[in-house]
Amino acid sequence: MALTREEVEHVAWLARLELSEEEIVRFQEQLSAILEYARMLEHIDISQVPPTATVLPMRNVMREDEVRPSLPRDVVLANAPEKESGYFRVPPVLEDTE
Amino acid sequence: MDELYRLTAHEARDLLRKGEISATELTQAVLDRIHAVEDKVKAYITLTPEIALAQAAEADKTFVQARKEGRAHTLPDLLGIPLAVKDVISTAGIRTTCASRILENYIPPYDATAVQRLRAQGAVILGKTNTDEFAMGWSTENSAFGPSHNPWDLTRVPGGSSGGNAAALAADETIIAIGSDTGGSVRQPAGFCNLVALRPTYGRVSRFGLVAFASSLDQIGPMTKDVTDAALVYEAIAGHDPRDSTSVDRPVGEVRRALGQEVRGLRVGVPREYFGEGIDPRVADVVRQALRVLEDLGARLEEISLPLTRHSIPVYYIIAPAEASANLARYDGVRYGYRAEAATLWEQYKRTRGRGFGPEVKRRIILGTYALSAGYYDAYYLRAQKVRTLIRQEYEAAFRRVDVIAGPVAPVVPWPIGWAMENPVQVYLTDLLTISQAIAGVPALAVPAGFSDGLPVGLQLVGRPFDEETLFRLAYAYEQATQWGKKRPVIE
Repeated sequence: MALTREEVEHVAWLARLELSEEEIVRFQEQLSAILEYARMLEHIDISQVPPTATVLPMRNVMREDEVRPSLPRDVVLANAPEKESGYFRVPPVLEDTE
Repeated sequence: MDELYRLTAHEARDLLRKGEISATELTQAVLDRIHAVEDKVKAYITLTPEIALAQAAEADKTFVQARKEGRAHTLPDLLGIPLAVKDVISTAGIRTTCASRILENYIPPYDATAVQRLRAQGAVILGKTNTDEFAMGWSTENSAFGPSHNPWDLTRVPGGSSGGNAAALAADETIIAIGSDTGGSVRQPAGFCNLVALRPTYGRVSRFGLVAFASSLDQIGPMTKDVTDAALVYEAIAGHDPRDSTSVDRPVGEVRRALGQEVRGLRVGVPREYFGEGIDPRVADVVRQALRVLEDLGARLEEISLPLTRHSIPVYYIIAPAEASANLARYDGVRYGYRAEAATLWEQYKRTRGRGFGPEVKRRIILGTYALSAGYYDAYYLRAQKVRTLIRQEYEAAFRRVDVIAGPVAPVVPWPIGWAMENPVQVYLTDLLTISQAIAGVPALAVPAGFSDGLPVGLQLVGRPFDEETLFRLAYAYEQATQWGKKRPVIE
């Protein structure tokens, strides 16, 4: 099945990913090829098969809810592109009209 | 002693304990070697010679003291041993880029558990090695810092994604290395560069501090020059870690005890799919020779069939990108990494990600987001998860008949640099023989099996979940019988 241009644009929007004109065209082509290849899975009878999300036999690993030291604030902020008064700084959110 | 950089870890350990060499001499020899060949090999993204020499000096103090007290033999195996770390594994205070522009200047505030355990033994960190961006690839061609070169033929790829490790080991630019394997990323480059690598059972090694690509598949594993070293590194990094809820609380044991043990009577399954369509006949020939050696050692070969091998490719290329699309949502230019300035937060996210990620990462984010999106989830993601169940069951059934499954590591020999870039989708097929083990969560080991036209070919041994020991036992017997791994390339 071929992906439409609109589908690629929609997915790029969901993924918050800016794509160039050239990338949109290229991905449309390449992803269509991959999805076409994935059609081989349609020939397998999966009607009675449960899905595998993890290969591990364990579920819901629990631990005591106790207070433990976390990284100091200045260490956490050390890699931030922009910070102010102990916070991460970002451009305005509310003006965002999209 | 000449050429200390050519030593394996266990050889160096024995010399260090006896005081015949010092950790500083060893580390300096490897750093000199890096200086001599790195221009051609390009294995590293970041080198940390000062840190390495400081750690080596510390190790030497420990050795001197312990020898004085007559207890040098009780010191950790990897004390003073130079180590390369794939640049998707966090190292406190050392830049960890994931070979991506988006993390070009990121310095982790903590160590991955695997790194912490190696540091605790006293291993010496030489630097961070090249990889495909976020470990997405098979050749290091997707690195934002340019490809590494295969020391066996510098015009060819070293494999990937842990290709920097493989290039460094083959060129003797490190003694040991750790990488990550999501669909073959430690095994395929080991196979391409005449090395040993283990993908442990999923859950054996903590993923804490491993930058997440596909969380249900990612696993850290050793890459080394021989089987004994792989066992030592595996013992060092494996075991339960409360900081990774998918790490398994189950004793690792001393797999080194398996080295040298009898392999007579082991039942080795040979899937016909591993020698059929899509496999380079030259590779198949080399690996058939290797199987004859296993037979000479007393293993009982049995032809088996794993018909879903082919289907593992689409299962992987749905599940791995789907998980990646979620894991990589965190790179938004707010807390760390690259930020593309914009007037609004929304624009900033899009632009940061659009400019920070390379083409393969974007391709997989789009593919994964699509497979998870409304209307397609059942058709792709859920279907792939169900086929994943069948692939696991196929292995379970096979392991009721045999103890180990053997075949080639990769269906092809290392390709010329540039080919993957021109064929970004066809190259997915070269994962044919390493993906299904990751999907099933079973352990798999790559060991050198010889050469085809001067290019390395690897033998892959696959085991039951949590039975790394049998893999080490058989791989060691094969290695001792053949000694392929002793061959080293001439770099010119």
